[in-house]
Amino acid sequence: MKHLLLVLFCLIALPARAEVEIQEITSPGGIDAWLVEEHSIPFVALELRFRGGASLDAPGKRGAINLMTGLLEEGAGEMDARAFAEAREALAASYRFNVGDDSLSVSARFLTENRDAAVDLLRLALVEPRFDADAVERVRAQVMSSLKSRETDPDAIASDTFNRLAYGDHPYGSYYAGTLDSVAALTRDDVVAAKARVLARDRVYVAAVGDIDAEALGALIDEVLGGLPDTGAPMPQDTSFAATPGVTVVEFGSPQSVAMFGHDGIGIDDPDFFAAFILNTIFGGSGFNSRLMDEVREKRGLTYGIRTYLIDGDHAKAMLGMVSTVNPRMAETIAVVRDEWARIARDGITAEELAKAKTYLTGAYPLRFDGNAPIARILVGMQMDGYPTSYVATRNDRIEAVTLDEANRVAARIYRPDELRFVVVGQPEGVEATE
Amino acid sequence: MRLILMPLVLVAGLLTTPAQAAGEVTDYTLDNGMEVVVIEDHRAPVVVHMVWYRTGSADEPPRKSGIAHFLEHLMFKGTDNMEPGELSRVVEANGGSDNAFTSSDYTAYYQRVAADRLGLMMRMEADRMRDLVLSEEDVATERDVILEERATRTDSEPAALFREELRAALYRNHPYGTPNIGWRHEIAALDRDDALAFYRRYYAPNNAVLVVAGDVEPEAVLALAREHYGPLVPTEGLEARVRPQEPPSRAPLRLTYADPRVAQPYLIRSYLAPERDSGDQEKAAALVYLAEVLGGSGATSVLGRALEYDSQIAVHTSAGYGATSLDTTSFGLVVVPADGVSLDEAEAAMDATLAEFMETGVDPEQFARIQMQIRASEIYALDDVGDIADRYGRALTSGLNVADVEAWPEVLQAVTPEDVMAVAAEVLDERRSVTGWLVTEDGEGAQ
Repeated sequence: MKHLLLVLFCLIALPARAEVEIQEITSPGGIDAWLVEEHSIPFVALELRFRGGASLDAPGKRGAINLMTGLLEEGAGEMDARAFAEAREALAASYRFNVGDDSLSVSARFLTENRDAAVDLLRLALVEPRFDADAVERVRAQVMSSLKSRETDPDAIASDTFNRLAYGDHPYGSYYAGTLDSVAALTRDDVVAAKARVLARDRVYVAAVGDIDAEALGALIDEVLGGLPDTGAPMPQDTSFAATPGVTVVEFGSPQSVAMFGHDGIGIDDPDFFAAFILNTIFGGSGFNSRLMDEVREKRGLTYGIRTYLIDGDHAKAMLGMVSTVNPRMAETIAVVRDEWARIARDGITAEELAKAKTYLTGAYPLRFDGNAPIARILVGMQMDGYPTSYVATRNDRIEAVTLDEANRVAARIYRPDELRFVVVGQPEGVEATE
Repeated sequence: MRLILMPLVLVAGLLTTPAQAAGEVTDYTLDNGMEVVVIEDHRAPVVVHMVWYRTGSADEPPRKSGIAHFLEHLMFKGTDNMEPGELSRVVEANGGSDNAFTSSDYTAYYQRVAADRLGLMMRMEADRMRDLVLSEEDVATERDVILEERATRTDSEPAALFREELRAALYRNHPYGTPNIGWRHEIAALDRDDALAFYRRYYAPNNAVLVVAGDVEPEAVLALAREHYGPLVPTEGLEARVRPQEPPSRAPLRLTYADPRVAQPYLIRSYLAPERDSGDQEKAAALVYLAEVLGGSGATSVLGRALEYDSQIAVHTSAGYGATSLDTTSFGLVVVPADGVSLDEAEAAMDATLAEFMETGVDPEQFARIQMQIRASEIYALDDVGDIADRYGRALTSGLNVADVEAWPEVLQAVTPEDVMAVAAEVLDERRSVTGWLVTEDGEGAQ
């Protein structure tokens, strides 16, 4: 099942009592990093994350940071795009550059046998990218092609419409890769400026897992990041979920309709967050055995999948869900979602549901630490969320500490059926738009 | 969730990664014919428990397309000892995750849990191998779910419908031409008896492979396997998997699929191609290289250089090859033209590039880089024991054995540029191909 949402949250990546020994180091140049040494396989997974991501696009330059991200591997230093690719392939290293609403991430892995050369190449990509004119045009054409495809993708239409209603002019209100018009208008200067806005040392988080020790990692970090500027663009302002209750229907010719729904949410720094996390697991977050999956799929056969998410963005929170069904059955599906939303707010959950969710969540966590790259991603996520390394040992205790009374108090607080906004894309039958 | 794997999907530089074990691999066969493979990885206290059946959508009877996948869903409905949904609930209550997938050649069920829960997983998985209980009501509801799944994953996706057309055209006689999920009109007619007939025949220890990977000791796994799977009764008279094979292809085929939901037209050329056969994997290994040489990376592959870098004819090119398959597989090329370039021009440029490649051959430096990457992928693969379990499961249900899996990395390293050109000459024969255009409306993007 593909991801239904564009804004993904890092909560799932909260580890608990994993058997990993995390070292906190500071490079000679003053950059902090977390390290797990794992010498049984001769490679390193390195994860870098720059806070701010595509939300740091300058006004009128939507999509510049995304375009820039796509160009980091398209030539650097003395090498044009082809020479860079050949050098990387000869080393069998991989660097993946991704950007989203809240961060730009670099996921690298390289062999011990040629680590120095692989690290130097990564440094070139981050510090001395060329942004050659032909590369800009090539990547622009790729981005435009994917933006064009989004125009006829019902999931994308639902998500874009929903976010616009919820966040308006804030960067969260528009798609991070921009529009056909905004991307067409970007210049090489915009790309150069975009890099300076986001790739800076004061917003980077670093984790490494694999065949490397603290001293070598410190030197590596300074090598890769030392040439970046100290600071970049200021972070965006916070915003809040502003969509009014109701139903929006976007006409789209397809046998199926897709619906996105939700309202304001709750963040990781809220004392009720763990209760909310457990509630969402029970309600629609845990795959097959959630309430929504049971009511909508298992009992009625209305859909292939339905899921809900707690969105903990840096600048806004939301509780969202997504579902698709054939046009004649969308009205019934929406009614079931509304009923369940009201039921959990009114009646809360049972002691049995709470116990099961706790067992699941606390049992599932060590299974996430299952490889160098996944562990590196978890560690960087923890740093961005502001957790200490010791959090690994206390996370499950916080889950266990949530009582039934507390969960039900929080359910009444956070599930607000009267505030639900639905965006339906398709030709749903019997679904009344409210505006 | 109840995912369908599409092993021959020909997009985005699909490289079949070579196989090698993380740690020790132990292979064993129980008295009732069930094969057991244990892969050790003691880095984390986790185990992946998988049961692979040597049956998939290509083994379905006529008029029953989709029954393999339908049954896969129904396998979560309960047994004489378990309530519907109980297995997944127990897995989840133990902090684990579970799922299943159906392909043309196999159907697999797996759980990922803490290593000390392995016995419980085996007890439940063994229970549903022979004692599934289905109510008419559960079957009817699940059929609706599958029709929704088809609506979501296929009917709402022009690219998926396009691939369905391509496969149906490429395989004129072999059941690989039928989609794994089934044709809609045939799914709608599937019933409980169809599911149970398929189940009783194919879900049996002598048609299954158990793969256990993770923080386990082989002796302990074998003892548990004997306890839980050992007593299961095999299906008698299960014959070899002989499917209708493709006749000689004498004419290149073409099709155009028009759909108003298509925003970006593109073309796919798909050729029939040899697969990995037991003891005979050399051609397949050379085809793995050929896919990388032609369409592995935009900046350095033959098609990427010619169409994306030296000219601006395409915004994306790739090549794909599904090496692991019971019967004749396919090799595919994808070209997504740049704005203002017609599919006709894009296809002509692709053909001219292929013709030039057949003249000039493989660039030795590119070949060396690919060889290095394939070697390195063995090192990186050690980091993901689930992926290695997957390789064994797929191979052992696709006509290969453990020795073939273990030999594969060496076979790959032994490929020469001459081998690559030899398979290129054999496989890139338009008479054994289908060329498909995906367009917005008739003619649009095509002129």
